Amino acid sequence: MKSTPVKLRARRSTYPESWHYPSNSSNQGFLVFDQVSKGFPTAKGLYPVLENVNLTIQEGEFVCFIGHSGCGKSTLLSLVSGFQQPSGGSVTLKGQPILKPGPDRMVVFQNYALLPWRTVFENVYLAVKAVWPNKPEAHKRAIVREHLAMVGLTEAADKRPDQISGGMRQRVSIARALAIRPEVLILDEPFGALDAITKEELQEELLKIWNEHRCTVLMITHDIDEALFLADRLVMMTNGPAATIGEIMAIPFERPRNRDQIMEDPQYYQLRNYALDFLYHRFAHDDE
Amino acid sequence: MVTQAPSRNQAQGTSILAPVQRFWQKRGADLIPPIIGIAVFLTVWQLVSWSGATRLPGPLSLWTDTRTRELLLYPFYDLGGLDKGLFWQTLASLGRVAKGYTAAAVVGISLGVLVGTSPWLNKATYPIFQFLRMVAPLAWVPIALVALQQNQPAAIFVIFITAVWPILINTIEGVRQIPEDYNNVAKVLQLSRKDYYLNILFPSALPYIFTGLRIAIGLAWLAIIAAEIVMSGIVGIGFFIWDAYQQNYISEIILAVFYIGFVGLLLDRLIAFLQMKIAPARK
Repeated sequence: MKSTPVKLRARRSTYPESWHYPSNSSNQGFLVFDQVSKGFPTAKGLYPVLENVNLTIQEGEFVCFIGHSGCGKSTLLSLVSGFQQPSGGSVTLKGQPILKPGPDRMVVFQNYALLPWRTVFENVYLAVKAVWPNKPEAHKRAIVREHLAMVGLTEAADKRPDQISGGMRQRVSIARALAIRPEVLILDEPFGALDAITKEELQEELLKIWNEHRCTVLMITHDIDEALFLADRLVMMTNGPAATIGEIMAIPFERPRNRDQIMEDPQYYQLRNYALDFLYHRFAHDDE
Repeated sequence: MVTQAPSRNQAQGTSILAPVQRFWQKRGADLIPPIIGIAVFLTVWQLVSWSGATRLPGPLSLWTDTRTRELLLYPFYDLGGLDKGLFWQTLASLGRVAKGYTAAAVVGISLGVLVGTSPWLNKATYPIFQFLRMVAPLAWVPIALVALQQNQPAAIFVIFITAVWPILINTIEGVRQIPEDYNNVAKVLQLSRKDYYLNILFPSALPYIFTGLRIAIGLAWLAIIAAEIVMSGIVGIGFFIWDAYQQNYISEIILAVFYIGFVGLLLDRLIAFLQMKIAPARK
């Protein structure tokens, strides 16, 4: 296994060894946020959710986003999935502005969004069929079976979503997302509703699958430990309105990662405390 | 409450009655109250009728009156023209309902999907639909007669125009209520129109569509009777009632009313059965 967390492509030699100045490298990055702002119209005028967001993400990178609720994390990712358009600046994927949703940027939705009237198999099959309508039938079915096996759901293929547990539903949702080989995988708090054990299991599975496929992953989380275990970089957002990227933390642990090992690493607690400090002191949520 | 449990020992040996007895043991408790309710209702009606307070004959007249007894015993007679048994009269009315209702379902569902998927069209048509659906079935009769000139198509049009609104409005609502998540899945997968309709739109809107269909079948049956009463000279249970009234055969009216209520009940059950088969309720 490779242990390089990040592959840097076509980086300028003059460019300093830092993550913080993405706007200069706009044309080099895989996924680039350039001076992005997003506001929503309200009765009192435009409500600014995001302002001045600059971020460059390399192909194959695993990036987690953390921040208090209302900081615009979901809005930020919806600019990548294409459900929303920036009010200012641009979001580009491989140099092309993102204009609408597409299967190259597949989303694992917060509440799974499986069709309750279709079986597990049919839910995944629908995605495969939509993306490759011309592949032979047997091939499409093989792709579905392969991905259900990957998340350990071969047995549950003919069940409906309401007959399986929340953890299994999330597995289906991940299988559906990965089956269509997206370039970017977007996960909006995918494990938030799950119990601690299922959550850890799924984190490990996700990491294993990502190690094999190496698509670019953008994931929103509320859980610092989850981010430290999974991500190459952790993007910490300031509070809204007009939220922006406060700081980006590089997570240097070697891959493949082992949860017990990284938790023994003294750096783990430095990073963890740094992130906690960011969230609870420097950008504490003012709960009035 | 009456606790007249059927004795278990009595029918123990008789094998023919065994299924009946089993059914009674299972459902008896549910069946006793409605049976008593109906018996009390008919008794009171009969007593009021005997007391002379009204010209309306009691339920017993259905049997004591020769005309209704014959109608009751020979529902399938056919002496040509309008002189047919009640089965044929009902069937003629049902045929019109079937035509009008089918047209209403086809138009209501397809137009509902079209309007429901377009917020602009929805805004544009909302006042028109809300206005038109308030027009009573009987008010459409003269319009239908003027527009179509003939009784038969006019009757079918009245059914159509009565039944179409609940189907249309419920379909629009069903399409508008599709959970955002499912629509987002469709968008991100860029589902084809066909796949979207088959996998998301119809399964999601189906419970609403069936609610509309069920309201509409009741309204359609109400409307055909009203329409036939006004349109003279056609075979049908509605005109049968009007004819009986004009000739002062009051018991015949009561018999026809029993037919109408019973058929209406069956139609409602039929749609409820289809709903259960096609779109079972989900948790």
